[in-house]
Amino acid sequence: MDTIYLDNNATTRVAEEVFEEMKPYFTEYYGNPSSMHTFGGQVGGKLTEARERCASLIGCDPSEITFTSGGTESDNWAISGILAATPNRRKLITSRVEHPAVLTMCRSMAPHGYNVVEIDVDEKGRLDLDQLEKEVDEDTALVTIMWANNETGTIFPVEKIAEIAHNSGAVFHTDAVQAVGKIPVNMAESNIDLLSVSGHKLHGPKGVGLLYVRKGVMLRPFIKGGHQESGRRAGTENTAGLIGLGKACQLAEENIDRENREVKRLRDKLESGLLEKCSDAFVNGDSSKRLPNTTSISFEYIEGEAILLMLDKYQICASSGSACTSGSLEPSHVLRAMGVPFTAAHGSIRFSLSIYNKEEEIDKVIEVMPPVIKRLRELSPFGRQQK
Amino acid sequence: MWDYTEKVKEHFLNPRNVGEVENPDGVGEVGSLACGDALKLTFKLDEESRIEDVKFQTFGCASAIASSSALTELIKGKTLEEAENITNKDIADYLGGLPDEKMHCSVMGKEALEAAIENYRTGETVTHQMEGNVVCTCFGITDTEIEDVVRENKLETVEQVTNYCKAGGGCGGCTGEIERIIQQVRGEKKEPREQQSKRPKNLTNIQKIQLIQEIINEQVRPSLKADGGDLDLIDVVGDDVIVAFRGMCANCKMAELTLTDVVQAKLREYVSEDINVYENK
Ligand code: FES
Repeated sequence: MDTIYLDNNATTRVAEEVFEEMKPYFTEYYGNPSSMHTFGGQVGGKLTEARERCASLIGCDPSEITFTSGGTESDNWAISGILAATPNRRKLITSRVEHPAVLTMCRSMAPHGYNVVEIDVDEKGRLDLDQLEKEVDEDTALVTIMWANNETGTIFPVEKIAEIAHNSGAVFHTDAVQAVGKIPVNMAESNIDLLSVSGHKLHGPKGVGLLYVRKGVMLRPFIKGGHQESGRRAGTENTAGLIGLGKACQLAEENIDRENREVKRLRDKLESGLLEKCSDAFVNGDSSKRLPNTTSISFEYIEGEAILLMLDKYQICASSGSACTSGSLEPSHVLRAMGVPFTAAHGSIRFSLSIYNKEEEIDKVIEVMPPVIKRLRELSPFGRQQK
Repeated sequence: MWDYTEKVKEHFLNPRNVGEVENPDGVGEVGSLACGDALKLTFKLDEESRIEDVKFQTFGCASAIASSSALTELIKGKTLEEAENITNKDIADYLGGLPDEKMHCSVMGKEALEAAIENYRTGETVTHQMEGNVVCTCFGITDTEIEDVVRENKLETVEQVTNYCKAGGGCGGCTGEIERIIQQVRGEKKEPREQQSKRPKNLTNIQKIQLIQEIINEQVRPSLKADGGDLDLIDVVGDDVIVAFRGMCANCKMAELTLTDVVQAKLREYVSEDINVYENK
């Protein structure tokens, strides 16, 4: 059997159509989109089309999209750009379960005199809205909170959060890297100010992404130099990559229903299959408000890396929230913030599906995994006591 | 994924000597669920006092399981004296090496063996005696344990200590103390200032504030910064020094300890015995 890839929140396979669309822009049409000649102009035209496709997926005006090198740059830029544009406000609010692209950036602002506040989540990973409401004040420059969590898939009430931020005149940014392409996003009907998207999470290439900036929102540039991207982000565009991003957005728009029906059905099948066959296992996160493709399951009394390595033997790829895989010693900050007990946090596995997954693959995982769990529990001094 | 040797993978997938020896002569247990790895080792001796049978149970990652398996293979047939000479490095070498970040797995094996032998000798069921004072509260690691890994593995940096025994891998509040232990073991005891001039006399107010700022910048902030935190000097009123934590430190549950055990201790050592440090909340 071929590789069973269930790690799509880490990265996705580039869709065949995306690859085909990109190819000529490496070899045949390699002009600089900023050039005056027709040869470069063709590329510029294709880039415009890519921007329109991206805009269509998130329901905004193409002029509100700035291409970036990916989710991390978009997140970093949103934060630094807003703080620089509102120097009189010294408070920055985020959550404890953000991706490092946001969390590390926010924390790095503290030594520069910013008051960085991290909002808590409950045991299901739901944001503490009361705490948020108390913290947002006249001094708050930016609230940056993800749309959906990459580990548990839990979806945050971003419209409500934006409203709370706006009540005090703060700007709201959301890292929507995991949400866009999986759930409907429409900026025209939303009150979100800034939104980050990453190409390789929706079957586009790596190293491309975008930042949506609502018209009228003041944002200082992050990368300075030439006047590409209307002077908002310097540097020659990664044209072939961005053309790929455009195509990926177009496909994501077409596939959004499939995501929410078929992918969700397979995810649910995998989840219930594993829970049924493995004792001492439970799902992390808010099952009622969750991305259709993600499930994070904790298998108590065993360790995640060991599970992953045994699954690797069967060419099954997933990821773990345990400490040992990442090189840090504390288990995932997301699971810890949710108060998942150590006994379970160390043995958590995240499966994230895509439209390319097939029923047989899910059946195979449900068949292979329970004996793996059983085997590791037999090895574990705790597993024996618990059974 | 980690870069494991074939032997590590092999011992992980087919671990030797799994389980518990019946009526064991020695039982050793180390680690805990909270720490993310734990090992229980049981052995039985033959008439010649050699390890006849040994079994393990491990909760942990692939290298923890492989290290335990390797340990049992290494000590089988040995006398307790011979077994005692086995170091964590022997375990790692047997496996063809472990990634640096995973060396603590081999240390855990060595500790479990020590605990099991101790149990045999004292007749009591000991769960890994902790000697010394706890330095790293996040992982419950004592100064004696840190000294041992530094000495046995010739470690030079805090990061290495973390790889070998986890100390310093949580909140980072203990890194200053680990640094001190490393220097002590290595006999280097680097003193940034001349010994006799450690606490200069008759400082003017301005000189005192400058010195305080200097000590904070040179001796306190680097280790905090390494962990995503920081500290600012806010004010000096007589002998009262007011500081504010930033970044990770601002939310750290260990901040109070850092305040007294690191900041205040350093300032008392280098500026004046009378200094008291307060946090500006
Ligand atoms: S006390 Fe050592 S890492 Fe927290």
